[in-house]
Amino acid sequence: MPVNFFPAEFEVVRNSDRCIKCRACERQCSNEVHIYDADFDKMLSRDNQCVDCQRCVSICPVSALKIVPNENAFRKSANYSQQLMIENYRQAGSGGVLLSSMGNPQDYPVYWDKILINASQVTNPPIDPLREPMETKVFLGKKPAGIKKNPDGSIDTHTEPYLELNMPILFSAMSYGSISKNAHESLARAATELGTYYNTGEGGLHKDFYQYGKNTIVQVASGRFGVFKDYLDTGAAIEIKMGQGAKPGIGGHLPGAKIREDVSKTRMIPMGTDAISPAPHHDIYSIEDLRQLIFSLKEATEYKKPVIVKVAAVHNVAAIASGIARSGADIIAIDGFRGGTGAAPTRIRDNVGIPIELALAAVDQRLRDEGIRNEVSIIAAGSVRSSADAVKAIALGADAVYIGTPALLALGCHLCRSCHSGKCNWGIATQRPDLVKRLNPDVGYQRLVNLVNAWNHEIKEIMGGMGINSIEALRGNRLMLRGIGLSQKELDILGILHAGE
Amino acid sequence: MAIEINAQNMHFKLINEQIRASSEKEVVINNTIGQRFIGSGCVGKDIHIHGIPGNALGAYLTKSDITVYGNAQDALGDTMNDGTITVFGNCGDAPGYGMRDGKILIKGSAGYRAGIHMKQYMEKIPVLMIGGKVGDFLAEYQAGGKIIVLGLGYEDTCPVGSFCGTGMHGGAIYIRTDILPSGLPSQVDAFDATDADKEEIRPEIELFVSKFGGNADEILASHFFKLVPDTKNPYKQLYVNN
Repeated sequence: MPVNFFPAEFEVVRNSDRCIKCRACERQCSNEVHIYDADFDKMLSRDNQCVDCQRCVSICPVSALKIVPNENAFRKSANYSQQLMIENYRQAGSGGVLLSSMGNPQDYPVYWDKILINASQVTNPPIDPLREPMETKVFLGKKPAGIKKNPDGSIDTHTEPYLELNMPILFSAMSYGSISKNAHESLARAATELGTYYNTGEGGLHKDFYQYGKNTIVQVASGRFGVFKDYLDTGAAIEIKMGQGAKPGIGGHLPGAKIREDVSKTRMIPMGTDAISPAPHHDIYSIEDLRQLIFSLKEATEYKKPVIVKVAAVHNVAAIASGIARSGADIIAIDGFRGGTGAAPTRIRDNVGIPIELALAAVDQRLRDEGIRNEVSIIAAGSVRSSADAVKAIALGADAVYIGTPALLALGCHLCRSCHSGKCNWGIATQRPDLVKRLNPDVGYQRLVNLVNAWNHEIKEIMGGMGINSIEALRGNRLMLRGIGLSQKELDILGILHAGE
Repeated sequence: MAIEINAQNMHFKLINEQIRASSEKEVVINNTIGQRFIGSGCVGKDIHIHGIPGNALGAYLTKSDITVYGNAQDALGDTMNDGTITVFGNCGDAPGYGMRDGKILIKGSAGYRAGIHMKQYMEKIPVLMIGGKVGDFLAEYQAGGKIIVLGLGYEDTCPVGSFCGTGMHGGAIYIRTDILPSGLPSQVDAFDATDADKEEIRPEIELFVSKFGGNADEILASHFFKLVPDTKNPYKQLYVNN
């Protein structure tokens, strides 16, 4: 008998009084956890294959199922957690690099939760968004440094290309390939109805989605998958992906198994081959080289579209952002270390990069200090989990936020962090036709619209409470924030006072 | 009739505006002095360049031909879509980055990082052809297409630099030489090209000699190495699900 070094992570608890042996759980589980034993007329479980995606729990008609953490415990150590021990067993058994998905789950400080928002009392009255207009429209792009006049004395009204958003929220980059076609359709339709944008990621744009082009941001990354003239012309903006918060400093790798016919067509690579996005752009070794890629894209699209440069939040992100602002980019997207991913090496995801809150504050301050804040808009990304996080991000200096994980939650994701297996039971991070069809884009898009509209309403209420009636007046308004339980250094970097000050 | 553009002291933006505005397919650019991005995203033109074009010539090129009667610089044909770029001289670093289809023909030599991440899909098979020699990091991450290095005039040495084919997972490299590039990575298979292998590149060689002179049969009579990846999934065994 081979020795199994570690037990199943989860335990399937089946209430046999309730179970009617309808076998729905068996049919629904792509991990093949549930099996029916005809001899004993009994449902059995293979606990070790369970990823705790909660699909079976959600569909069980008699609520007979519970997935709970396995209580079996290794000897406790504050230094070697059970998870760490299991990871070492996995590597000893395989010789492989640990691969994970979604955002960093480790116990690092979440600065959003240590920042409090102000409200008006007595002297400056709050505003009720139900009876007074509240402006959440945002324009992303370069803003003129001052008023220029034409030779005839009239005002020069030329503006650089910009994006117009009804609310300061965009869907972050998720490629077709990492997520399913139905998930992409849901995002595209929701962005269109909401008057905001979704982002193709580096997977090209499916022919069926060209119709949503004016609400699409097309991405150009080191692998250049699916990038060609029509693609660039179709998008409302072009995003150059230099890095991703979940995996700063490394590239992307979509396994060949996920490159089925339709994905192959969209990425324009043969079926079954790995889609590798190298860590660096091999033509970018400097800000000057970045400028060259930006302008080659601007030339190719006749200066009609803003160019976004997306970077991961890393230690010297403020200096990097300053370079990007001078490189001709219209918008900088900064992705914090808690950002999601369809697959990333565990050690990179959990240990590389810095929190978006600190990165955002540092970048905004640096660009202000250098007098170039108007040269670029800033999109903050990497775990903006709620409307409150969004408000805090804007007050710290963001023009808008990218949301990825909340959008996936709207589509049914339960954050089991197993996207890289390609067997997503919710039809999101998979290309298996039988799983993809579980996600109905008619329902999915409506849930996304609901989510973002609800957030936007909350943003208005929070703004109203502060006596602010326009998102423009909230941006960079750090006086509206106070820290709680933070050190002076943290407060200095965030540029906020402590609660009570 | 061709439209003529005098590029002397002209900004690249203006050059491209004139190319796009041209009612004629054929555009001749004279006195080019290093302007970047010429023909970037250009569709359906035949551009002839006299002088020295700058970086990122013919990026995202679509259904267009570009001929350079001199040397080209860095990032030639970046993410080129189709058409042909012909250079009657040498070119700088990173020609054909992420190239998707079409042909880049360099009469002379090319710099570092040529043909990085070239790819292919169905009938779209890009070709990067270099008459002379080429620097380090040729065909890194190559995912498809044909890269041909003829080494004409460099018969006594290997015409390809170090670190050739690192991360290569598709396509093929053909090198006319007796000396195998040193330090090939383990996932690249190199072997003597057979007559059948050489026939695969006969159309490209014939196109090359039709533009730059020479004899296709003579070139093909030389010894070639053919380099291909030994797997489409070079990273597969690296990971364990966690």
